[in-house]
Amino acid sequence: MIEAINEALDIALEDPAVVLLGEDVGATGGVFRVSDGLQQKHGADRVIDTPVAESGIIGAAYGMAIAGMRPIAEMQFMGFSYPGYDQVISHVARIRNRSRHRFTAPMVIRITYGAGIGAAEHHSESAETIYAHIPGLKVVVPSTAGDAKGLLLAAVDDPDPVVFLEPIRLYRAVKDDVPEGRYTVPIGVARVAREGGDVTLVAYGSMMKDSLIAAEKLAAEGIEAAVVDVRSIVPLDIDTIVGSVRATGRAVVVQEAPRTAGYAAEIVAQIQERAMYSLEAPIERVTGWDIVVPLRRAEHLYVPSPERIVSAAKRTLTA
Amino acid sequence: MSAPLLSILDASGVAGVEAPLDVAATRLLYAKMVAARAYDRKASAMQRQGRLATYAPFEGQEASQIGGVAALEPRDWLVATYRDAAAMWMHGYPWKALILGRTGDERGGMAPEGVNVMPASITVGGHMIHAVGIAWAQVLKGSDAVALTYFGDGATSEGDFHEAMNFAGVFRVPVVFLCQNNGWAISMPFERQTASETIAQKADAYGMVGVRVDGNDLFAVFSATRDAVARARGGGGPTLIEAVTYRVGPHTTADDPGRYRTQEVADEWRSSRDPLERVRLWLEANDAWDADWQEGLEAAESEAVERAVEEAEALAALGPAEIFGAMYAEPTGPLLDQLAMLERDSSA
Repeated sequence: MIEAINEALDIALEDPAVVLLGEDVGATGGVFRVSDGLQQKHGADRVIDTPVAESGIIGAAYGMAIAGMRPIAEMQFMGFSYPGYDQVISHVARIRNRSRHRFTAPMVIRITYGAGIGAAEHHSESAETIYAHIPGLKVVVPSTAGDAKGLLLAAVDDPDPVVFLEPIRLYRAVKDDVPEGRYTVPIGVARVAREGGDVTLVAYGSMMKDSLIAAEKLAAEGIEAAVVDVRSIVPLDIDTIVGSVRATGRAVVVQEAPRTAGYAAEIVAQIQERAMYSLEAPIERVTGWDIVVPLRRAEHLYVPSPERIVSAAKRTLTA
Repeated sequence: MSAPLLSILDASGVAGVEAPLDVAATRLLYAKMVAARAYDRKASAMQRQGRLATYAPFEGQEASQIGGVAALEPRDWLVATYRDAAAMWMHGYPWKALILGRTGDERGGMAPEGVNVMPASITVGGHMIHAVGIAWAQVLKGSDAVALTYFGDGATSEGDFHEAMNFAGVFRVPVVFLCQNNGWAISMPFERQTASETIAQKADAYGMVGVRVDGNDLFAVFSATRDAVARARGGGGPTLIEAVTYRVGPHTTADDPGRYRTQEVADEWRSSRDPLERVRLWLEANDAWDADWQEGLEAAESEAVERAVEEAEALAALGPAEIFGAMYAEPTGPLLDQLAMLERDSSA
């Protein structure tokens, strides 16, 4: 996935209006090497190493967007993005509305997120819900390399601000085929990653790999799980999710984030609103817990595992 | 460490050094200040009549706003706050749009095409970095436009002030920071915002020029801003200007300054250090002022505000489709669903 994002950034930077700015994105190519080689290729005035100041990065990128640029701001880790959150909620997401389309902020905020690599505290957060809760933003999260490239290029082209979440755990763990050259994956369209008639697993980003593993485990026991990759949290493609749930009558929604008021709750609520009478069992949620993500040695107790997803799926079948 | 106070035109209307503007230009800017004050007083009055939402008067700060923006070219950008209506108007933002906003309508945030004025920032301090980004984009695009941002002494306490100043310094962005130090952030005096003697001296920490001027002196504000704009445009980097002024009125029409300050100081600023009166005296001494002209100006601007309020009131409020209609370039599916819910349940 890292190479796919790098390719997308490289292609995006062919447009002189696009700049990439963030901490350590230039000379070192980013702490995960996502922007490796891009400053050398596109120049230090376009791939910009900034001071350590998240509010400044997002605020400056916003100003650039107002003035006609297409900036891509990088937040090195979700847990470090909060100082910039005020800029997002107070300015970036609302300028189109408060100026009635006169000013717009076509910009991308890339944020790495998620646990599972045993990183230091603050490096393992899944706070997508606080971004999804801001009116005026789009929030997308890829789970494959091909989607990462196409969704990122779609985000850069989008006339509105897009938060692009990058699941750290999948950076080097998914290696699907990535088409050559420029293409986009439309924002707001979910993907049925696996067909199945018995139960629907709904997941996104970091949880997709484990959900697919869970589906294979279920298949070994004769249970066919459909797996829907949400891809776009905002706007949500509820029709694709509900279409699958209507066919299976059972749903398990998986998120890595803490349980309470997480995005899974929104998906559960919308399934209930639209497909209540198709349901054969209560909808299950498999989530992180309402605790600070444990550090490396106990981290595995927090992150939803294929086993927990399998257990939840079986509960829907025995209910 | 503290910065000296640049003053050109004293309170008695005598210019200590050569005026930076000729008589005709000064008369024009004086007319702008008179118009701004008429607008400000009329808007406060109409708020008391219940026809406008809360209003933040700028009386006493006309020289800081008109004098600063007078240094801009139309292609330059202005990023200002809720107390800077005079500055925004001076850069092309119509009174009508400002009034429309004060009636409680998002359409007040629409600058006309070609008018590079952002909607007023309501949150304190977050907007200065936007001016940095806007100015930075000019460099990247090969334009020589600059950005001017207004903020108050209270905003310098926000962390975002530091980030904006720091980015501007590091990247030598063509931006001008103009702090109207009016002594008060709602009820908190300047001394509660900073232990620095001046705001201007903070520029040192960011590797930029800091200037402190009498904010009630049209000539001093204009002169300092003109120099800062020229420096920015010429690639010389950013400037922090501290315009020392005074908020003679309340924070907003919802505020009661009697709870936290005595009226004497405000009265003293109003009577002896008024930014309009000293220019009037200077113009009079140069045979360029008469009472009839002033009266006509005040009446015309007051009437313009009255008309703008009437026109705003005649405009139908935004409807359901419209409040959903400017969140994105095109409403998303979920928003259209929610619009349908609003319409369904409102008509039930």
